[in-house]
Amino acid sequence: MDAVRDRYPEHFRRFGPQRLPMIVVASAMLALLLYGMEVLGFFDGKLLSGMGRLVEIAGLMMPPDPGSWAHARAYGMALIETVAIALLGTLSAAILALPVGLLAARNVTAQRIVRFLARRSLDTIRSVDILIWALIWINVVGLGPFAGALAIMTSDIGSFGKLYSEAIEAADRKPVEGITSTGGGHFMGIRFGILPEVFPVLVSQVLYYFESNTRSATIIGIVGAGGIGLHLAEAIRTLELQQTSFIILMILVTVAAIDLVSSQLRFAMIGRRAGATA
Amino acid sequence: MAAYDASVRSRRWHTLLMVACVAAAMLLASISAEVSPVRFLENIHRFPSYIIRLFHLENGQPVWTDFGEWFWGLGRWLRQLWETLLMAYVGTLLGAAAAACLAFLGAANVAPSRWVRVTVRRFCELCRTVPELVFALLFVIAFGLGPMAGVLAVVIHTLGALGKLFAEVVENIDMKPVEGVSSTGAAWHVAMRFGALPQVMSNFVSYALLRFEINVRGAAVMGFVGAGGIGQDLIEAIRKFYYSDVSAILVMILLTVAVIDSLTSLLRHRLIGLEGKN
Repeated sequence: MDAVRDRYPEHFRRFGPQRLPMIVVASAMLALLLYGMEVLGFFDGKLLSGMGRLVEIAGLMMPPDPGSWAHARAYGMALIETVAIALLGTLSAAILALPVGLLAARNVTAQRIVRFLARRSLDTIRSVDILIWALIWINVVGLGPFAGALAIMTSDIGSFGKLYSEAIEAADRKPVEGITSTGGGHFMGIRFGILPEVFPVLVSQVLYYFESNTRSATIIGIVGAGGIGLHLAEAIRTLELQQTSFIILMILVTVAAIDLVSSQLRFAMIGRRAGATA
Repeated sequence: MAAYDASVRSRRWHTLLMVACVAAAMLLASISAEVSPVRFLENIHRFPSYIIRLFHLENGQPVWTDFGEWFWGLGRWLRQLWETLLMAYVGTLLGAAAAACLAFLGAANVAPSRWVRVTVRRFCELCRTVPELVFALLFVIAFGLGPMAGVLAVVIHTLGALGKLFAEVVENIDMKPVEGVSSTGAAWHVAMRFGALPQVMSNFVSYALLRFEINVRGAAVMGFVGAGGIGQDLIEAIRKFYYSDVSAILVMILLTVAVIDSLTSLLRHRLIGLEGKN
């Protein structure tokens, strides 16, 4: 053993000089963590008492119970509204984002200034949180699910525009060249050369976003933009904890169901495409 | 040619049917979401005018004429922004640390037992399906108003999201080093530390950095439910129609998010570069 230790001293050293930067970074991160926890109030005893109360709250949440039939019905309707908001927002964004996505794609839009503007505006739209969009739309069309649908639409135009333009840029150039060579114009090239190729990708993205938007649609109600969130926030704030857990359970079941349906649909789309090309 | 026509016709029918289904779904959804084109058209002019109002001071001048007046609360907002960043940092770090521990228990190839794996997976699923803001609402009851509720909500959500991603990373490792370490009689945690962790570390860090970007955005709206950060002032400004404050805070958030995004992407690229060198 000693012979091995003598022969390869570098493997037995505890902390070699090459680990020094790693240690410095790690301790800096730890220091920032401790400082942050201090600033955010982790060390003034609130954490422990809060944990106790949290356990108590979790106990009070069991079993999930809507309270009354009328409540359960209202929650059901609100949940349908939530899904409707998500569906409407996602689909309208999917349609509206197509022209913007084309404008932002390098192989479609030659003018650099147009492309730049399209991209920057998509970036700006995306960096504003969906809840902020909901608040803005509430100021425009008033409280209610309509504002929620518009908020999801706005925020998704940003995401879809970016995803579309990336999908379009990744598309094969040959079909477009083929169409241009037969005398087709720029527009023809896009319609018959690019769109058929990227369509399945776009649809699968849209389905994926529909799932995540159902989740977002459950929270925009908290600021008053319709859906189940309003009931949820109300139940939590009035400490109706059994109703709270019932609503959360309903949301989880709905999200799981939509997850299942949309992944089935996605596989069906991709499968059919693969079958068609084979 | 006849066969070609028939195939085109059948595809047309297919497309038409799908369009009809989507249109029907949108119609039903718009009834449920109380969409009214009349209300939309009547109020849409308020959207641009609202945006324009955001960029005007109380005295009717555009905001850029008087930066001192526009950013009158700069010191206060910067403090809150710093708190928001700390919330995201502490939340990401604690969440990622917990997720890194859970990932080894939840990965199919190294999990100590099937039951542990399934439990961990379900737990992560629960943590990421319930929206962050809902956790924040619950934690506000338990821990009181303030950033701690927000941080814990970020921790839970990060734990759920990263737990899944990390477990997938672990499932993709090369098992030979783990087997090698185990064959020397090392315990499970030692095998994970020396066999698996070195393989997954860079991916973990890269995912955690991505999550940090998302969490900065998430922490910025935590204040909407009273869970700390700059969101508190933002929602107050929106609700009370302090137009220029809204745009000032939004500009600050957008700038911060942009800076954080470019910093983390720089870091991630450095990280990938380091990996390539070794």
